[in-house]
Amino acid sequence: MRSNALSSDVIAQNKAGSQTKEAPWVKIALIGIAITYLGLVLFLPAINVFIQAFRNGVGPFFANFSDAAFINAIQLTVLIALIVVPINTVFGLCAAWAITRHKFPGRALVVSIIDLPFAVSPVVAGLMLILLYGRSGWLGPSLEAINVRIIFALPAMIIASAFITMPFVAREVIPVLEEAGTDQEEAAKTLGAKDWQIFWRVTLPNIRWGLLYGVILTNARVMGEFGAVSVVSGNIIRKTQTLPLYVEEAYKQYESQAAFAASVLLACLALVTLVLKEILERKTSIKDVEE
Amino acid sequence: MAVSSTQPIPVRKNPKFHLTWPWRITITYMTFMLFLPVAALFLRAATVSPAEFWQIATSPVALSAYDVTFVTAIFVASVNAVFGTLIAWVLVRYDFPLKRFVDAAIDLPFALPTAVAGLTLVSVYSETGWVGSLLTPLGIRVAFTRLGVGVAMLFISLPFVVRSLQPVLQELDIDVEEAAWSLGASRIQTFWRVVLPPLLPALLTGVALGFSRAVGEYGSIVIIASNIAFKDLIASVLIFQRLEQYDYAGATVIGTVLLLISLLILVGINLLQAWRRRYEV
Repeated sequence: MRSNALSSDVIAQNKAGSQTKEAPWVKIALIGIAITYLGLVLFLPAINVFIQAFRNGVGPFFANFSDAAFINAIQLTVLIALIVVPINTVFGLCAAWAITRHKFPGRALVVSIIDLPFAVSPVVAGLMLILLYGRSGWLGPSLEAINVRIIFALPAMIIASAFITMPFVAREVIPVLEEAGTDQEEAAKTLGAKDWQIFWRVTLPNIRWGLLYGVILTNARVMGEFGAVSVVSGNIIRKTQTLPLYVEEAYKQYESQAAFAASVLLACLALVTLVLKEILERKTSIKDVEE
Repeated sequence: MAVSSTQPIPVRKNPKFHLTWPWRITITYMTFMLFLPVAALFLRAATVSPAEFWQIATSPVALSAYDVTFVTAIFVASVNAVFGTLIAWVLVRYDFPLKRFVDAAIDLPFALPTAVAGLTLVSVYSETGWVGSLLTPLGIRVAFTRLGVGVAMLFISLPFVVRSLQPVLQELDIDVEEAAWSLGASRIQTFWRVVLPPLLPALLTGVALGFSRAVGEYGSIVIIASNIAFKDLIASVLIFQRLEQYDYAGATVIGTVLLLISLLILVGINLLQAWRRRYEV
């Protein structure tokens, strides 16, 4: 996803006028095909979310907000994000620091291992947690002995969300940390700064946009995660139902109005994520120009 | 999405171990969150006898699920290769109204929760939907068929090829194309002989990343498909169904197969990126 950062440069270069000398009909045909394809696969489905949600006007849409299950799903989704995002931010920072600031054999392997949750199907991730913490899982009996319930309860949903979003912060921060180098940190150290001072005053300002980008991606994925959470939650209405699970449940019950109302909230989250991403990319590209 | 992670990392000669706790946190967290769950899966798989493992892994319903998952994902990957290249080309080379908006919207599948994607796709492509109602008279049914699985996979894997290709296309020298043209090469020859070869590593990486994502997709597919065995049941949904039936051995075996294949794809992507770096240098 780092490559996205270049998309603004793409436009800048085009404005500079590096157009190919092609017949106009080729250009129009290619743009037409691309936009038609995007329309069918991307734009129509995206617009459809909003049209379906407000099909019967804003009244029925807002009526959903008096549904206790709906409100509970929103609260649970926000609660999980409030817990998982800080944890994975701290982990991502630590992992990125450890990987970029130390020389050790097998570094590339560690980076690949951190990426593992992206390669695994969310259902397999959920399955692993059930085999570990479930009643017949490896730790199940001992957890039952001390009366701790993880599967089909909030802890498993937190662990599953954290598993899925583990790599986001680290992979955004690693390249920025590499680029920033250690010179400033070493200078601060020579001048007598303490480790935490170096982190707050030197390292963090250098990596803040990359870090923020990673945090935003983590948040979007945590709030939208479906597969892994679905496996471990048991989908108990008003207890372990997040917003994406609510969408599926409402769809299965043929309550499409409710399903689309919840979808609008999640789609707005996606739009906010994309806008923030654009702003952050512009910020970093401006910084590049200044340098 | 793994584009960034394995870029060459300049190694510093003088490591400063003035902060050891980041290491401790990293190792502890990864042990509990990653290694322990993976170990739990493999250990559970090891309790199944090899004969039984083989029997479950190659049962007709499992084979059909692999077929739906992987064959559809391969088909989707080839569509992505063509249309992803086209979209990247159009975004880099041409100017048109709302281009900036279109470019930003490419990332929507990364940001939109998969349950929402499934819900809106099933609504657009069902028999009464905007596109579905146009296809039904032609005898094409998308929702609740294998085609629906493909459409969901197309949606969620759309950004990978485009985003892999954009920076490379950007750097491509237009002079070389014009040289080929002026030397008498046709447009098609120019594309195959001049434009495509330098794009190939990035294109393959994007296709592989999209394939990997499509193979692991669950949320949007479980909603758009009918999830009937031997029809449009994918491997992830099969694991979910086995778990619902408390068939842990079945879920474990198919989950292990899927995980091993995902790991192979991950290794393949890393090799592709190593090849790509060598190509760039």
